[in-house]
Amino acid sequence: MSRNPLPEGAQDIDPATVRFDDVSMRYGRAPETLRDLSFSLEPGSFHFVTGASGAGKSSLLKLIYLAAKPSKGLVHLFGQDVSAVPLRDQPFLRRRIGVVFQEFRLLEHMSAFDNVALPLRIEGRKPDSYRQDVAELLAWVGLRHRMHAMPATLAGGEKQRLAIARAVVNRPDILLADEPTGNVDHEMALRILRLFVELNRLGTTILIATHDQDLVARSGMPVLHLDGGQLTRLGSEP
Amino acid sequence: MSDMLDLDRWKPAPFLPDADARDGSLVFVVATLCFLACLTALAVLASDRAARGWTQQLTGEATVIVRPKANETPDSAAARAAETLAGVPGVAEARALEKEKAEALIAPWLGEETDLSDLPIPRLVAVVLSPENPADTKTMNLALRSQGLDASVDDHSVWMKDIERGASLARWIGMAVFALIATAAGAVVAFATRAGLAARHEVVEVLHLSGAEDAFIARLFQARFARMAAIAGLFGAAGAAIMGALLRLLGGGSGLTPVLPIAWTDLLAVTPAPLAAGLVAAVAARLTAQSIIRGLQ
Ligand SMILES: Nc1ncnc2c1ncn2[C@@H]1O[C@H](COP(=O)(O)OP(=O)(O)OP(=O)(O)O)[C@@H](O)[C@H]1O
Ligand SMILES: [Mg+2]
Repeated sequence: MSRNPLPEGAQDIDPATVRFDDVSMRYGRAPETLRDLSFSLEPGSFHFVTGASGAGKSSLLKLIYLAAKPSKGLVHLFGQDVSAVPLRDQPFLRRRIGVVFQEFRLLEHMSAFDNVALPLRIEGRKPDSYRQDVAELLAWVGLRHRMHAMPATLAGGEKQRLAIARAVVNRPDILLADEPTGNVDHEMALRILRLFVELNRLGTTILIATHDQDLVARSGMPVLHLDGGQLTRLGSEP
Repeated sequence: MSDMLDLDRWKPAPFLPDADARDGSLVFVVATLCFLACLTALAVLASDRAARGWTQQLTGEATVIVRPKANETPDSAAARAAETLAGVPGVAEARALEKEKAEALIAPWLGEETDLSDLPIPRLVAVVLSPENPADTKTMNLALRSQGLDASVDDHSVWMKDIERGASLARWIGMAVFALIATAAGAVVAFATRAGLAARHEVVEVLHLSGAEDAFIARLFQARFARMAAIAGLFGAAGAAIMGALLRLLGGGSGLTPVLPIAWTDLLAVTPAPLAAGLVAAVAARLTAQSIIRGLQ
């Protein structure tokens, strides 16, 4: 029963998957965390967001996955101004966005398998239609042998890959990953990067927030750099 | 390939974690409220039955006060009045009460020491009316007057009005208490839903951010709290029914509990309690969950 909130042909009008027009954002009455951001992410692109701790990387991602509203400016997703999307249609927009949260947010009362199946169940899919896909995805992130384990029993890197599997299981149009290599060693970080590159090849637009300069350098992908709440450097497409 | 076999047996886990430490106390509170509500209902039914019993008894009777005239002894005036009344259609029986009985009735007001023999104590005639076609006060008064008797008939209508007023007051109070308890149950469930959502905040947020519709999340809580309240309601109703049955057994039809006579069928009044508790909980949980989820965006 998934509904597409996009009007017919919207993608032709504005091809960008994500576009920020002069966007500012603040928490409550605090000073602005993000100021006057303008950028766009083309479909199938791969970007990093960098910046010091507290620079606003997670906040920027929140604006995209509709967990926060801009205090000024417009956020467009798939060519649509999100402030104009009615509340009842927002869930369907969220389903097109996969998120790997900085703190994972795995559901502790569910097995690894159940955690990955969650977005599919929310879409109302029947277990028989995804059982095999979920198992294959778990194998793809190297967790086949841990699929019945509870999150609390997983190592940091395993949790990280589980969170990634959950974020991509319903083939979202955008994947947002917040510090996806923050809890793993160098080796695992490279494996995760390869995973993202592979997904990107399949057409997923990717945006990764990270501190890991080495990872950024290795990937050679363009960077959005946040400093003092502002976008100071925008790498060009390779 | 053992994990593949496992896979075929895999069943989706519930969206919400099973139990919460608070759930036990919620069940206890809702069960107690249901128990009280059911007892209130039983009390209303019983007082209604008692009132009906009393008025029935009173409609079948009348009391006649006979004031002897100077030329007649109180005994003969009473006897004549009884005779006259016995002849009135609609009177089944009329019997003059002995002097002692009349004196005993007024003694409490005058004190034991008073010598009642000096006083012109009115005599009483107890009248039993025929149930099919009871004689009315006017007819009886006329018959007495035509025999030259100074007497007044009391058909207990004053008492009956009092009893009816008392009974309807009891009914209204009962319903008010019932409404109060139902409201309290709703408030408790709303409070518990709030706590339940707070305790499962993480789950609610993940469901929300994964694209679950608000109504979908609200339904999870609605179902959980409705089930919990219905079970609690079952305990409360069963407790009240046992209590009622015990009163009925100890009291019999009207033995120990003539003021609150309970019939076995009254115990059926507790049966809607689990359903009602479940409904109240469902509505309270849904509204609370929806308002909290709305706060997430
Ligand atoms: N929920 C919140 N309420 C109030 N202020 C917040 C909230 N979340 C973040 N902030 C503040 O907003 C600013 C940006 O935080 P944000 O989490 O976006 O930074 P970040 O770049 O992701 O940092 P890190 O690299 O440590 O994850 C910080 O000053 C932070 O204190
Ligand atoms: Mg962050």
